[in-house]
Parts: sequence; C-alpha cells; structure tokens
Amino acid sequence: MSAGGVSATGATTLDMPLAARVAGFVAHLRHNGIEAGPAETDAALRVLARGAAPTLDEARRRLKILLTGRRGEWERFDDLFEAYWLARGRVRTRPASTARVPAGTPSRATSNLWGERAGEAAADRSLHPGAAGADTVDGKGEAGRNTLASRAASARHAIGRTDLRHVVDPEEMKLATEVACRLARALRYRLSRRRRIAPRGARIDLRRTIRRSLAHGGEPFTLIRRRRPERPVRIVLLLDVSGSMQPYARYLLQFVRGLVVGWDRADAYLFHTRLVRITDVLREKDALLAMSRLALMAEGFGGGTRMSECLHTFNDHYAKRALDSRSVFVMISDGYDTGEPDACVEQMIRLRRRARRVVWLNPMLGWARYEPLTRTMRAVLAYVDHFAPVHSLDALAAIEPELGAL
Amino acid sequence: MNATHNPPDELGPRLAEARYVAGETLVTALSLALDLGRPLLLEGEAGVGKTEVAKALAAALDTRLIRLQCYEGLDATTAIYEWNYQRQLLAIKASERENVSAAQAEAHVFSERYLLRRPLLEAIGEPRPCVLLIDEIDRADEEFEAYLLEVLSDFQITVPEIGTITATSIPHVILTSNGTRELSDALRRRCLYCYVEFPSMERELAILRRRLPGIEPALAAQIARFVRSLREEDLEKRPGVAETLDWAGALMGLGIETLQPDSKRLHATLICLLKTEADLKSVTPEVFGRLAGRAA
Repeated sequence: MSAGGVSATGATTLDMPLAARVAGFVAHLRHNGIEAGPAETDAALRVLARGAAPTLDEARRRLKILLTGRRGEWERFDDLFEAYWLARGRVRTRPASTARVPAGTPSRATSNLWGERAGEAAADRSLHPGAAGADTVDGKGEAGRNTLASRAASARHAIGRTDLRHVVDPEEMKLATEVACRLARALRYRLSRRRRIAPRGARIDLRRTIRRSLAHGGEPFTLIRRRRPERPVRIVLLLDVSGSMQPYARYLLQFVRGLVVGWDRADAYLFHTRLVRITDVLREKDALLAMSRLALMAEGFGGGTRMSECLHTFNDHYAKRALDSRSVFVMISDGYDTGEPDACVEQMIRLRRRARRVVWLNPMLGWARYEPLTRTMRAVLAYVDHFAPVHSLDALAAIEPELGAL
Repeated sequence: MNATHNPPDELGPRLAEARYVAGETLVTALSLALDLGRPLLLEGEAGVGKTEVAKALAAALDTRLIRLQCYEGLDATTAIYEWNYQRQLLAIKASERENVSAAQAEAHVFSERYLLRRPLLEAIGEPRPCVLLIDEIDRADEEFEAYLLEVLSDFQITVPEIGTITATSIPHVILTSNGTRELSDALRRRCLYCYVEFPSMERELAILRRRLPGIEPALAAQIARFVRSLREEDLEKRPGVAETLDWAGALMGLGIETLQPDSKRLHATLICLLKTEADLKSVTPEVFGRLAGRAA
C-alpha cells in the first residue's frame, strides 16, 4: 500500500472481462479491510449474472449484501464501491479519526476529473477500476503503514512529553501481567446457564441417566448429575489518565496492559477529557510500539478530567457491546472531576444496569487518613460494589482475595 | 427449492400483500437469500422490523414459519432435539413384563417415536421449505453459534442413537441480531448480510397506511414526520416502527385529527413511543411542542 494512487489491481484496465474486474473489486475490498476471497468473487459473479442485467444501483445493493458482514463494512461499502467502479476517489472511508492524508495523494482536481469521466462511463455500464480507488486504502491499520516515518516522529515526541518509556521495563511488565491475571481469575464466577456433567452437580442429567439405566434393565441405579460450569468473566476497564492521576499512570497502564494481554475477555479504555478505546493497541506484541501508539492516543494525557462526559460516551457507544450480565466493570480513578456530580451519578446508574459488578479502584485510598472527599467520589460511592486502593502493584495484588469473595 | 418461490421482482409486492412494506435493499437481500440458498443475517436497532420480515416472508411464500428464539444458555436439547424421557421410562417399565432383550428395548426406546423435535430439527424435516427464523442470535453463546454454523452448512443433524437425519427440504434461514455481542467471523461469512435502518419517512407513511387503513392521510403524514424528528433527538431508546403503529392507533382511538403542539393530552400519549423514564422526561411539553409544530 504505497501512498500513491495504485489500485489493488495495479493498472487501469478498461477492457478487462467482467470476471477480472470483479476479482479486482474483491481485492480492493480486501485491501480495505473487508474480508473476502476467491469464493466471494465467484459468488459475486453469480449474483451479478442473475436475471436481467441489473442497474448500477441494483448491482451495488447485491454486492453489498453479499460481501459485507457487519455494520461498519455495510456503511463503508458504498464509498468503496464508488471509488472502484466510478473512480470517485474519495479519500479514506474508514472511521479512523487519526488518519492523515498520505503525502502522495493525487490532488482532488484529478480525482474529480476521473469521477466525471467515469460517471459517463458508468452510464453505459462499462465499469472500470479507477486509479483513484486506492485513495480509500487507509484507515485504522494505517498507523502502522504508509505514514510510518511521520508517525514515529510524533510518537517520539509524545513519549518525551508524557514519559511513558519507563512503562516497558520487562521485569515490571512481567510482574504487572502476573498481578493482573491473578486479579482477573479472582473475578471469575459462575453464571453459565448451560450445564455440564459433574459428579456432585445439583441436577440430574436425565438423558445420560436413562441411557445408563438400560444396562440394568431400566432401573436407574446410577444417577448422573450436571451443574453449571464456571465461566470466565469479562472485564471492562476504564483508566483515568488525567493530571491528578499521573504519578500512578505508569504502573496502572502496566496493569491494564497485563490484563488485556493475559486475559482474553478484557476490554480497556482510557479517558481524560475524552474516552479512547485502547484494547487493540495494547494487544500489540511490541511493548514499546504499543506504548508509543498509546501515547499518541492519549493526547491530552495529564490534562483535566471530564468523567461524566466520558462515561456518557461509554454508555452511548460502547456499553451495549462491551458489557453483558457476565461483565465486571472496573473504574480506576481518583474521582477528581470538573463536572457536576449529578451527571456522573446518572451515568453510573445507567452503567450499573448493564454490568454485573462495578469495582472502583482509587489510588488515593492508599494514603494514610484519606477519605473519599471529592464530591463526585462521594456521590457515586453508593453505586459501587467494591471500593479499593491501588496506589502500587502490591496494593493491587492485595485486593485479590476481596474481589474473589464478591 | 427454486421451484417453490417466485421471481425476485415479485417479492416486493408479495411482501406488501403480507402487510410488510420493505425497502429496496431488503427486497434484494431476501431475493438473493432465496436464490443462493444462503442464510440472511439482519442487524439493526430494536424495532426496525427484523422479526416481522421473517413472518412476512413466510406469508409471501405461503409456507410455515418456524422460530427459534435464542437466549443465553440455549443448548441442543431446546434447539435441536430431546428424548421424551417420561415416555421412555414408561416404555422401559412396560417392556419388563414382555420379556424382550435389552438390545431390543434399547432400539425401541431410541426410535423416532420418542424423539421430541425442536425448531432446527423440525425445520429440516418439513416437506416443503419453510422459513426458519433464528431470532436474536447474539443472545446465544459462542458454543451454540458454532453448532448452528455446522447445521446451516450441512443441513443434517446427527442423533447418536438413531443416525444422521438429512434435510427433506432446505429452509430459508433468517437470523437477526441486535448487536449485543460480536458474532463470529465464520458465521458472518456464511450469511448474507443486511443492516436494517429505521424506515425513511415515505416508507413509514406507507407502513402506517398499510397497517391502519382507516387512518386520515394528513394525520399519518404528521405522525411519520413527528416520529422521524423524534428519532433524531438524544434518546436512550429510539422508537421503532411498532411504537409508531401503537401511537397512531392510540391517536385514532382518541379521535385526534391533527397533532396540536400545545395539547396536554397528546403529550400524555407519548408513553406509546418512549419506553424509558429518562426519555419521557427528556421530551418535555416544550420539546414536544417544537417537534409537533414542525410536523404539522
């Protein structure tokens, strides 16, 4: 994926047979992160060949239904379709907000020219792959690709600013991961509605009991039992990285990373004045790269806190997918908030409805004679199941038994 | 299966006959699903009419609708088959006096007579392709999803005691999801996909006319406009098509002919549209007045 305007198929080939052009389109989709392969190309051709020749709109609808699989893809498809078949040359269709226009992007004027010409071409159904098609190739994964040099530069800048380098001390990292996983295991609990065979289960497994009873002429001598197996809990973490939390940010980030890396069903966000989802960044294998990308995302790191707004964002956009009746919501914050406590309480109530348990970890609680005095903290305390100190990794390790007992 | 359904161009009108006003995209999606014989996954907010699609499709194809409602903990015994234990026990007891061998007793007890067919098994055993609706698949857990995938690709079910039961007809499968859980890529790739949006104003108007033939055209248009602008408000739960129909029905029942912006009585009827306390509070009489004024 160079920064220039080379489409997935390479050249502009107006006279290519439909099959090749469709294959090119599927490749174009694949390069834009929509999973599709030869099987899809085949199906696409069949779909297009159905009945009388479809109009362009109908062809778009059919391909969209066939080739997309989730909402994000559904919404981006129209742009990708136009970029390829009509060469409209829209820049970037992914929702990533951090994307930057690569250096070699053809000017808009050129793209528009293509668009007009291709618009006519489309009218007589001679669809062709456009040169500007690859402009749409960008997006979420882009942070790792075409703008590598400039990104690395800004990453260094960000590291200097927020001093996250210490976070990647391997020894500490290992310890943090260990503690995080121990905590995660402590949070495990039973809630499955499915049942498995278990020698001392509460319910009788009729099916197997009867099967076994045949050996005794229908007398159910041995009762086979089943019970609910233990299921891993899903952990959703919100980490406050505002100014007041800075002294703790280092090991707390380690903890969060340890949890996300070591526990499959963990989801992490950080917030200051706005909320950012960081799970995918943390899963990056290279710890240094992960942390520098994180630093980029945490712009405003060390600034003020808008807790209620961030919770609002979370509730609106992420909660439905992130939380279920088997999740534990963990908030790591000192409770200093610039907003009104009432707004925060309202969001906590909404949150409580979705999460199984709410845990609030507060680094300030480790201080001698600390009382949760901030207004927000006092207000939301009523909606928290467990409130514990986390001023160091040791303190984190110490809350394990309490969490297990919840 | 191609013999039983109609050309896709006719599907739209046929759905309309079944009192379902479908958008172009949905009609294309349904006809593709019928044509390719692949399951169709419908996603969208609650209340956009995903479940209704399946009912309408069954009516349009004049076939049976078999519905499997998913929930957490759904397992094979409720989705596929279960042995009828009570009858089995009775049969075993009864056979004791008849002096049959254990092997015979077993063969007897594990025959189809004692098999309780649950939706999936029932659907593939239909003489004519039925519509199989797997509702809210995101509520079932991953294990079930994996199993479902297997059934959907082979259309055969293996019962250890009997053997493999192959489909006598391949059902038209429609899955719905509200997006409370991320579905597996494998399932998504297996299915055709359609994201169902709230209907456009024109389509909602058409739905109102279709479902409530007695409604005043002017009132119907106002309702459609009002609901559309209400959906743009910052709500926890946006009203769906069913809510619109409820509300329209309520207004007709109250003998209301136009949306008066300052009517207290009208404001009270909002309970048909807004289903959470927070939403009811956020649409104050002033907000209602503004929206109603714009719609009138």
